[in-house]
Amino acid sequence: MTQAQDILLKAENITRRWGGLVAVNQVSLDLHRGEIHAVIGTNGAGKSTLINILSGEIPASEGRVDIMNKDATAWSQPKRAQAGVGRSYQRNTIYPNFTVFENCRLAAQARAQKPWSLWSSARDCDYSAPLAKQVAEQVGLTEWLERPAGLLSHGQKRQLEIAMCLAIKPQILLLDEPLAGMGAEETDRMLNLLKELKSAHAILLVEHDMDAVFRVADRITVMVNGSVIASGAPEDIRNDPQVQAAYLGDH
Amino acid sequence: MEDKSKFVFVAAIFLALALYPLMAGSYGIDLITKIMIYAILVLGLELLVGTTGLVCFGQAAFFGIGAYAAVIFSPQYDSPSIIWLLPLCILAAALYALFVGALSLRTKGVYFIMVTLAFAQMAYYIVHDTPIGGGTDGIYLYVKPVLGSLIDLDKSLVLYGFTLACLILTFGFLGLLLRSRFGRALAGIKTNEQRMRATGFSTYPYKLAAFVISGGIAGLAGFLFAVKDGFVNPEMMSWHLSGALLVMIILGGLGSLRGALIGAFAFALLQEFFKSDAIFGGFAKYWHLGLGATIIISVALLPRGLIGVPALFRGKLTGTRGSPDIDGKGA
Repeated sequence: MTQAQDILLKAENITRRWGGLVAVNQVSLDLHRGEIHAVIGTNGAGKSTLINILSGEIPASEGRVDIMNKDATAWSQPKRAQAGVGRSYQRNTIYPNFTVFENCRLAAQARAQKPWSLWSSARDCDYSAPLAKQVAEQVGLTEWLERPAGLLSHGQKRQLEIAMCLAIKPQILLLDEPLAGMGAEETDRMLNLLKELKSAHAILLVEHDMDAVFRVADRITVMVNGSVIASGAPEDIRNDPQVQAAYLGDH
Repeated sequence: MEDKSKFVFVAAIFLALALYPLMAGSYGIDLITKIMIYAILVLGLELLVGTTGLVCFGQAAFFGIGAYAAVIFSPQYDSPSIIWLLPLCILAAALYALFVGALSLRTKGVYFIMVTLAFAQMAYYIVHDTPIGGGTDGIYLYVKPVLGSLIDLDKSLVLYGFTLACLILTFGFLGLLLRSRFGRALAGIKTNEQRMRATGFSTYPYKLAAFVISGGIAGLAGFLFAVKDGFVNPEMMSWHLSGALLVMIILGGLGSLRGALIGAFAFALLQEFFKSDAIFGGFAKYWHLGLGATIIISVALLPRGLIGVPALFRGKLTGTRGSPDIDGKGA
């Protein structure tokens, strides 16, 4: 049993409407430290919208989000990030014209912004510079530090996404399809990284690759058309007739 | 290596400007003083446009407010001291920038351009149609500011030196700012504001700070301009000037302080060239045509501005297309 203080993020009855369309409908879930909670579902099931709501990028129409046991429903995205929510994007949202190092360093700077210290060079910042190198090493990008991020391969860009996410020292990781477009070797590497990270973090993983999900997830929530149809341990989800019907089709 | 050549380049420009009065007449001194003032103005705008990605189409208003402040706050018969008048002009422009920025930065893209233009036009019509700025006739600055007996800005050579010092200080200040954490955050906002917010930067205060700094620098330029001409009128705030400043930035090369510096000089010297009766005779009165055509051609041929010319040639020589824009260290 996980204890209450290990619930780092708790979402209750999250609903998001776009006009008449209900993209996310009454979704509740919680993220525990030490667990990878996977959210799966077909395209358009509302998974990315859910991450956008939890990270504060878009407001929910209804529902409540608690972060570290505090009501964070009205918090802006930067405030949630400062509170420990790190997110990666489905499409790469790196700074393509910056070097890999600067991508990581700028992300790390978020926790030590000091905009008034105009006389000191950002590159020599004694907080963000070492941290940038550390997260780049964690994801395996050390040898590419001085390379412009736009010139990295697709898989490396995905690794950089995670590195930038880690650079803000988050407690909660919201990862939107980190494995998309990755080769088998890169996938292995990323899954191992996720397993390492989970002891200290609460991880929400949105992913299409079912093999990968069942390899690492501790809990799985299944969404169809914006609603949760099942949530539980991987074996239960695998054997759930409703999930099987939704995925394999019953017509 | 590359940083060193940049430094040498900028130092050479400033050295040339410092030596220029030794061989120039009063016309040349006056012209280069004017261009240096524009260069300060363009450098300030570059912080918004090139660094932060905010296209401000109302920079002339802050310039004009700095200039009007210099005249309005000066006593009629005594020489004002630079010590208090200059900060006051910068402050006046920065305050209006704070007001304009606080409202306009809630919009994005083309709306931002239009809102900044609208606020600038508002300032323009206030001095144009009300008695506070002397209306369309403008107002005169009868006594020039001084600094004790040390600096008397009534002397054109002293004003030249003072303007050059302001230009160097502005360049140095912005150079320092760009490599600082604040500058890097602005660069991040330009490239990907969404990501900046997701990593925990509240981007609005950063953009507002950049806007106010840029407005303050425009106020400095306005002060110098009022002192140079001894006269201000509403045309200083017209959108023509705001537009010309943007053209200078683009001509020189977006995204670098050196580009802004070169752009200001290139634009103003081209303008002088096409206005010259000696070269063009009767055609000189159509100087807009020549200037416009030259700018269109240079923008078409030099997409990265004049600052990109060396890289273009290097690319031709080595057969590569030149390296892509790499921005790893700021300035």
